[in-house]
Amino acid sequence: MVHDLLIAPFTEFEFMRRALAGVVALSLAGAPIGVFLMLRRMSLVGDAMAHAILPGAAIGFLLSGLNLFAMTFGGLIAGFAVAILSGVVARNTELKEDAALATFYLASLALGVTIVSMRGTNIDLLHVLFGNILALDDQTLLVIAFNATITLLTMAVIYRPLVVECVDPVFLRTVSRAGAPTHLVFMALVVINLVNGFHALGTLLAVGLMILPAGIARFWSRDVTGMIAVAVVSAALSGYVGLVLSYHAGVPSGPAIILIAAGLYVVSVLFGSVGGLFRQWFPGRHLEA
Amino acid sequence: MRLSRAILAASILFASSFVQGSARADERLKVVASFTILADFVRNIGGDRVDVVALVGPDADAHVYTPSPADAKTIATAKLVVVNGLGFEGWLPRLVKSSGGTARIVVATDGIVPLKEPPGSHHTVDPHAWQSVPNAKVYVENIRRALAEVDPASAESYRANAARYVAQLDALDRDVSAMVAKIPEARRKVISTHGAFGYFAAAYGVAFVAPQGVSTDSEPSARDLAGIIAQIRKEKIPAIFLENISDPRLIRRVAAETGAKIGGTLYSDSLTDEKGAAPTYIDMVRHNIKTLQDALDN
Repeated sequence: MVHDLLIAPFTEFEFMRRALAGVVALSLAGAPIGVFLMLRRMSLVGDAMAHAILPGAAIGFLLSGLNLFAMTFGGLIAGFAVAILSGVVARNTELKEDAALATFYLASLALGVTIVSMRGTNIDLLHVLFGNILALDDQTLLVIAFNATITLLTMAVIYRPLVVECVDPVFLRTVSRAGAPTHLVFMALVVINLVNGFHALGTLLAVGLMILPAGIARFWSRDVTGMIAVAVVSAALSGYVGLVLSYHAGVPSGPAIILIAAGLYVVSVLFGSVGGLFRQWFPGRHLEA
Repeated sequence: MRLSRAILAASILFASSFVQGSARADERLKVVASFTILADFVRNIGGDRVDVVALVGPDADAHVYTPSPADAKTIATAKLVVVNGLGFEGWLPRLVKSSGGTARIVVATDGIVPLKEPPGSHHTVDPHAWQSVPNAKVYVENIRRALAEVDPASAESYRANAARYVAQLDALDRDVSAMVAKIPEARRKVISTHGAFGYFAAAYGVAFVAPQGVSTDSEPSARDLAGIIAQIRKEKIPAIFLENISDPRLIRRVAAETGAKIGGTLYSDSLTDEKGAAPTYIDMVRHNIKTLQDALDN
């Protein structure tokens, strides 16, 4: 019974195994990125970047159809262009970074939608916007795993300056010159993971598997390592439960995964051991235990 | 909405009153067919004595068609309007009436015993009768008789053309049967979202199995996909024609997991233009059977 419910879908159908492998790879790399985005108060930057990537992915899509490398490459270029342009504007003019990013990502999004509609139909646009985790072929899986590996290795290298920059960027500036390059590398990782999420979840939800687990983790741990662990586990769990839900209830898979993560988030907000509402309302009883 | 309808009605009235006066200049018999396949039949029987217009043009879908004032004008000048019947063009009788034309209406499926539509469909009977070649001969005979009644002077020419065309249809029918016969009996089925091949299936014995649970072209869930894969495995279906699942990656996934072959495009309700794969009815049937054979033959 439990076996039928939770395991049989994966033993019986290869596309379910592939979807699970994909979502686990996305969780391993994306969730830590999300934690740092959250700690740096850049949660919404992830979303803006996801939309900024669209024209690049769209051009790749137009030139070579649903080709993975073209879309990934185009997305990376567009993402970097927007990140750098908004950085340049923010440093050299009165406009603040968030406003600069907002203008560039909106322009970029509009350009992307225009490009997709020029050729191709609305249905093609939907593929780009929503991705499809049920249709991961060998190539896509390899790219996702490759990107995840690169992300984890790079994170290992820049981990220390990244953490310090999150908690005290001014201190980092006094002791080291690693601040600016760390920031750039980190933005690159954000873009890579967003493009990764594209194939499985599409533009609209790619950020979901990064930010929601980070939000969940904030309610269960105080230190960065703990948060990353909780974020990765909750992302992978959302992926698994979302797929099972999609299998049994007939809900589209991508949204199902994100909705499960949102559910976990609500539970965390209420019952989280670090700053959860329940803890705040009834502190005495918990302290006695 | 109401305003636009009023404008439409007014423009139809205007257009038709305008046109009635100026008609009869042309020597050729003006015929309007509701869609391209009927127009092709009319063209073959009428030859250069008729001028035929299809209201729903090449590559368009008659199911979702909405008539325009220009169509009302076309109908108002026509002597004969050819419709499929069986509920296929519900909009046409009203359009003929509102256009103020005097055209005779001929129902091309007269005398064909309709198939029941699969449950869950919006028609009560299956209107796609032309997909069986023997039925097409009934269409031709109905159209020929109507043409001869409207234009008795050319009746002999219509008879000769129809006889020649029916001979071509007979050859086509034999070819289709022969091609189906070459496919091993156990492999004569495909999974398809096409609702239009009921008559073809009945006439030639190739089963069109509908995928269960996939009703719309929205994003399929894991359950939909698993359902289709399980069904293909269980019924050992060798080929898939799933055109309403628009994501090619999903179709490839289904094919990879079941070992079924991905079929090409089948034409059902509409011919293509000159450059397409199915500019005439005979081309369409030949294209479809070739596509099916490629997918089912091993």
